[in-house]
Order: sequence, then C-alpha cells, then structure tokens
Amino acid sequence: MNKVLHIMITLTVIGVIAGGVLALVNIWAEPRIAANQKLETELAIFLVQKEGKSYDQIKINKGELYKVYDEQKNPIGYSLVYEGNGFQGKIRVMIGLQTDLNKITSIEILEQTETPGLGTKVTDPPYKNQYNGLVTSPEIKWVKGKPPAKPNEIQAITGATISSKSVVAIVNEGISELRRLKNEGKI
Amino acid sequence: MKKQISYWREYFKGLWEINPTFKQILGMCPTLAVTVSVINGLAMALATTFVLVFSSVLISLMRKLIPNQVRIAAYIVVIATFVTIVDLVMKASFPVLSKALGPFIPLIVVNCIILGRAEAFASKNSVLRSFLDALGNGTGFLISLLLLGTIREILGSGTVLGYPVLPKGYEPMLIMILPAGGFLTLGLLMGLANFYTDKKDRAAKQTLKGKYMIPANEVLKETEA
Repeated sequence: MNKVLHIMITLTVIGVIAGGVLALVNIWAEPRIAANQKLETELAIFLVQKEGKSYDQIKINKGELYKVYDEQKNPIGYSLVYEGNGFQGKIRVMIGLQTDLNKITSIEILEQTETPGLGTKVTDPPYKNQYNGLVTSPEIKWVKGKPPAKPNEIQAITGATISSKSVVAIVNEGISELRRLKNEGKI
Repeated sequence: MKKQISYWREYFKGLWEINPTFKQILGMCPTLAVTVSVINGLAMALATTFVLVFSSVLISLMRKLIPNQVRIAAYIVVIATFVTIVDLVMKASFPVLSKALGPFIPLIVVNCIILGRAEAFASKNSVLRSFLDALGNGTGFLISLLLLGTIREILGSGTVLGYPVLPKGYEPMLIMILPAGGFLTLGLLMGLANFYTDKKDRAAKQTLKGKYMIPANEVLKETEA
C-alpha cells in the first residue's frame, strides 16, 4: 500500500511541476508565436501585391482570401491562399490577382513537400516569375519542352512536370472559385 | 567502491568512444532526416543537447526519489517538458529554423539518445557525472550531424551553410539530399569509424603494452554497470 502511495505521489508531483513550468513558458511564448504567424501572412500577402499597403480578410469556405488596398485605400486586387495536391503532398500557394480577376500579379509558394532539387524548382524565380502578369481567361494552360506562345500559358519544368502541373491546377481552381464568388456578389 | 574514470574522460568518451551516432547507433531517425544541410544538423544537435543535458541532470537529481516501477514514465515526462520548452522557444524566437526542423523537434521526446543516457547513466550516477556524460554525448551527436550535414550539403547542393563552395560547373548530386543519400553517407562513415577502431584495437593487442591495457569497451561497461 505504501509503495502504491509513493508511486502515485511521485508521478503526481512530477506531473504538476511539469505542467506548471510549461504553463509559464507558454504565457511568454504564445503572443510571440501569434505575432510571428501574423507577420508571415502579411509578408506573403504583400509579396504578391507589390503596391499593397493594407488588407482586409474576407471569409470564404476553402482557402484564405485577402482584399488588398493601396495607399489611398483603393482596392487593387486580391491575395488568395489556396492549396491542393502536389507530387508528394500538399502545395500551398499565395496567388495575387487584379480586382477583375483577369490577370495574375504574381504567385508565391508558401508550403510544399516536393522532391528536393526537382519538384522544389517550382519555388524558384524562373518558374514562378512566369505567372507575373499572366492572363487567367479562360484558364491557365501549360506547355512542355517549348516556350509559351499564348499569354495564358506557362512552361512546365523538365523533370518536375507533375509539380508544375499541380501548381497550375491549384491556381486555376482558386481563380474559378473566386469567379464563382464574384458572380454571386460575395466579394 | 568501483573504480571510476576521470571527469575529463566522462565528457570525452561521448565524442568518440561511445559516440551516439557511430558507436551507440542511437537517434538514427533525426540523424538521417535533418542532415540535408549543415544549419539544420546544427540546430537539431543543439536542441537535442539542451534537452539531454537538462533532463540528465534532473533525472540524476531525482534518481533516489523515483520508484523503480515508474521510472520510465517519470523520465518521459521530464524529457517531454524540456522538449516542449525548446519547441515553444524556437517557435517564438526562431520561426524560420522551427519551420525547417518541422516535426523533428517534438520527436526529440522519443529520441533514444536521451532516454538511453537517462536509463543507462543518469539514473545511476552523480549529478556532475551525468552532466558531463550528457554534454559529451550531445557534443558527439553534434559532431556526427555536422559531419553528415557538411558532406551531404556539399555534394547535394554544392554549398556550406548556404554559401557556394564548389565551382559553378558542378552539377549537384540530388541523391545526397534525398533520404537515400542520408543512408549512404551514414553507412560509409560508420564503416570508416569501425574500420579505424578495428585497426587500432589490433595494433594495441600486438604491442606488449596492449596486454596490460584495458580495452576501451571494458572501461565503458564498468561505468555503465
């Protein structure tokens, strides 16, 4: 009986002390972690909307949508966070769009788990800069092995076709979702 | 009273004689996963060393209070507490690093180096010895991760700490930063380490002096017993 009591008391004391210490550390860390996350989101929003100065978040069902304004508070476009499947896992893309949704300002890959050195090339400027000023109607197309001819085309990366295609699909899907919302007058 | 090795050796044995990666073969999962670059290996080793030192000291302090039946549970709670502290501090102060190491920080809880040293050493030895043992093992882990990280980053990306070190024409060997490269590097280094130890043991046996010397692994058995 004494033995059992000893075991119970020891484990309880250890647990209580551990919990207390963690609570204290969390009080210190929590606001900092929240601030970091906010900073990261803001950075990404303005990365794809270079002239943006302020933003509003709009609630949508899938993804995150931010309406971006310039210095005079005129709306200049949207920043949309959208995700979909890549080659190995989820790819999260920040898409910058003009207010009429007809042109992309630029895109940024926020998260990906593609093959290092191959699929990860979608995060490099040669690939993602192709989206700067890309026309989105009727939809974005990709070509392989030759430079894009039409204003709504991008060239897929050799050796990373699936990752390239995935990004195109995610961007298309995100834009068509926004178009639907716009037609319904929700944004 | 059993014979004890000097404090100095208590620290230094972790660097080579019982190097956690090459000799104890502990903590393989983080070793293989994070050593794609030098900086990741460095951060992982420092985080592990921090947890290892603090939990070893605390477990050594409590070694007479904890009932034998629940010692593992108690160790895990102590280790998990320190790991959570590291995780929170990193998320709060070094968000970039914390993102790169991703799920591997919480996994330090079950890193067998820490539980292994707690069970094999800290639970039986004085606080000072446990501290030195933990620090030594941490340093050994750091050396191995830096070694693996440097080799893989140079061959796989042509850089060290992000700075290019190889001529521009060099085509990086992608396999080195993929999981397969981790296994290859680790296997070769481990083979090299064993080859060296074998050769030294054989050389020691052949000299007259060797007959009177206690082999390194028996010294260790004594301290761990």
